[in-house]
Amino acid sequence: MTTSPAPAASAVLSEGAAEHASRELLRLATAGSVDDGKSTLIGRLLYDTKSVLADQLSAVERATAARGAAAGEVDLALLTDGLRAEREQGITIDVAYRYFSTARRAFVLADTPGHVQYTRNMVTGASTAQLAIVLVDARKGVLEQTRRHATVAALLGVPHVLLAVNKMDLVDFDEAVFRSIAEDFSAYAAGLGLPDVLAVPVSALAGDNVVDRSTRTPWYDGPTLLEHLETVPVSDARADDDLRLPVQVVIRPRTAEHPDYRGYAGRIASGTVRVGDALTVLPSGKTSVVTGIDTFDGPLAEASAGHSVTVRLADELDISRGDVLVPTGASVTLGQDLVGTVCWLSERRSVLGARLLVRIGTRTVRALLREVDARLDVDTQTVELFSGVDTLHQVDATDTSSDAAPSGLGLNAIGRVRVRLAEPVLLDDYADHRGTGAFLLVDPADGTTLAAGMVGPTLLDRLAPEPAQDDATDADWLAGAGI
Amino acid sequence: MTTTLGSTSPTPVASPLSPTTAPATAPTRLTQLDALESEAVHVMREVAGEFERPVLLFSGGKDSIVMLHLARKAFWPASVPFALLHVDTGHNFPEVIDYRDATVERHGLRLVVAHVQDAIDDGRVSERPDGSRNPLQTVPLLDAITSNRFDAVFGGGRRDEEKARAKERVFSLRDEFGQWDPRRQRPELWDLYNGRHKPGEHVRVFPLSNWTELDVWRYIEREGIELPSIYYAHSREVFARDGMWLAPGEWGGPRADERLETRTVRYRTVGDMSCTGAVDSTATTVADVIAEVAASRLTERGATRADDRASEAAMEDRKREGYF
Repeated sequence: MTTSPAPAASAVLSEGAAEHASRELLRLATAGSVDDGKSTLIGRLLYDTKSVLADQLSAVERATAARGAAAGEVDLALLTDGLRAEREQGITIDVAYRYFSTARRAFVLADTPGHVQYTRNMVTGASTAQLAIVLVDARKGVLEQTRRHATVAALLGVPHVLLAVNKMDLVDFDEAVFRSIAEDFSAYAAGLGLPDVLAVPVSALAGDNVVDRSTRTPWYDGPTLLEHLETVPVSDARADDDLRLPVQVVIRPRTAEHPDYRGYAGRIASGTVRVGDALTVLPSGKTSVVTGIDTFDGPLAEASAGHSVTVRLADELDISRGDVLVPTGASVTLGQDLVGTVCWLSERRSVLGARLLVRIGTRTVRALLREVDARLDVDTQTVELFSGVDTLHQVDATDTSSDAAPSGLGLNAIGRVRVRLAEPVLLDDYADHRGTGAFLLVDPADGTTLAAGMVGPTLLDRLAPEPAQDDATDADWLAGAGI
Repeated sequence: MTTTLGSTSPTPVASPLSPTTAPATAPTRLTQLDALESEAVHVMREVAGEFERPVLLFSGGKDSIVMLHLARKAFWPASVPFALLHVDTGHNFPEVIDYRDATVERHGLRLVVAHVQDAIDDGRVSERPDGSRNPLQTVPLLDAITSNRFDAVFGGGRRDEEKARAKERVFSLRDEFGQWDPRRQRPELWDLYNGRHKPGEHVRVFPLSNWTELDVWRYIEREGIELPSIYYAHSREVFARDGMWLAPGEWGGPRADERLETRTVRYRTVGDMSCTGAVDSTATTVADVIAEVAASRLTERGATRADDRASEAAMEDRKREGYF
């Protein structure tokens, strides 16, 4: 592809390259309470997959010794605590990303802190995860923390959950203990609608059933933790869904070679696009036909979810960043009233009537926070309903007195909001479209990300149905060629 | 708002397309390298769509070379819509500068060079007793960002490089002093990168965040990307210091008690000559390098970067000051 190739004869790939070329990527997130041994488990995964190199290991050995441990002992948890304050306090402050791989798969692991006050970090890690590892201490069983992790995984639509029952060595690898915890958790997960849960008995400290199969759990015939990570299906159904192609940029070279080229570049969020497909541009509703799917490496006849492509259309339409290409005739919701579930990420509390920016897909629109009517207690899985309709006078934005019970949503709170948008946008349900149904609330003054949101009915609505609205929604149901 | 690209580029990019190429069907499942590539292209297009004046940090090292390759893919058939910025320590490997200039020429790019020497001459920074200019790059980098009003700066940093970098966001907001504060990072969810910033602030962008050293090398192999020759084994005069093989140069090595010898070596990273060490190697092809990297028991920085060994938090401390 470059005019001067690398010194290697590129036709002959390196040893193992063929195997590597077909290797898939799995994104996962971990969640665990403070002393469940999460850092040790991640350290064990890195160590046993030979992802830790000698200089990293000797640094950890030195750090272990500096804490007064016996010679030769290695505290695997120290592999993952990267920041000065974390090492000093022995805690994990923020989401960190770790990488390890096997012959079959490469893994991007979002290591999220388990502290109560860091729900937002769990939400961050879970937003991109295809699998969540929830850790429990075999001696303690399912705790409030465990339920919180499961709830966040369900809320964010993580397709697979692995329950790692850790510290099995401290309960003598007792099958009954494991079964009881697995059943507790499964019952809870079923209530949340978590589709796929597998429980594995492990000892992260000793390495049982993490990478290598343990001889101390003869009663367990399931996969080890790593075996499951290597085999759980990663291809979600997104390629079969309706096409969603949010336009990132318009490509117009205006060169001698490409004087009239006009292409719409973006990463396909879901579905498949083919040359000849009839597409509709949202929000304008104009339609055209795909005449080309271009990439640097050559044209494609079709491309599907996950691919970054550039699409050409038969007609010269006014299309810009923020527009979404969808199949003509598909049933879509276009509207200015966004109802969704948010996780509040900022220390600034939500204020009714606040002017915000909503970032959805590649579009950013002005918006007004009109209503906060429910708050989810993640620990008890109950929903508190309250009157939070904006009258624009009900809440004084400058009133920070804490006499009354705090209204609205504060840091780490999960609640239901209604946001009025300045212009109509495509409103996909997050449950159906994890790619286009997600949004951010942003403070227009300084760009702070205030909240992460999911459009449409979510777990929260199942737990507490949205109260009937008196005013009719202005969502336009568009169907077929009637756009 | 319409974002249109490429209209300012006077130089056509050579098309890799042959007119007879039959349209292909992309496989439904992305392999790991496909997924990493698509993600990086997505990040670059987001930056082009959201920022006024992005720039790509280009050192002539493999990570920045891969970034440039991805940028060409992201905007093809338009040319890369941003300039390159090189922070020149003055202690360069000549092969790397040659490569840099040839690349800029070939792709019709604009190159901005910020010289550490200028900052030394102005008295903005002072030479260190150990001769290393790597830590001195921060001041000219921040000055170049300010004076060119760059609002997004692409870096080739990867989270696998170092523990502090494992916490880095893909979009990393920096204040007017260029500082990184790990406790005050914006949460980053889904693929909704928030690049909004106040005047004077800028955003560092790391499209290779989720790549590892081996991923970079395997991608170089797959794409047939040309690298400066110092990445492959060659005969070179070096001397030993701190367990690394350093190249002699105007920067001040070797000292009287250090002895030059000729060895067959290659470099795993490219940086200031005073602190970038070579490793013994017989790898003359990409495939050889991959085999060596895969078998290596040392991380790339642990093996060859003296400045990261200074303390357990050396990288974190430098990043807080505005370094990459």
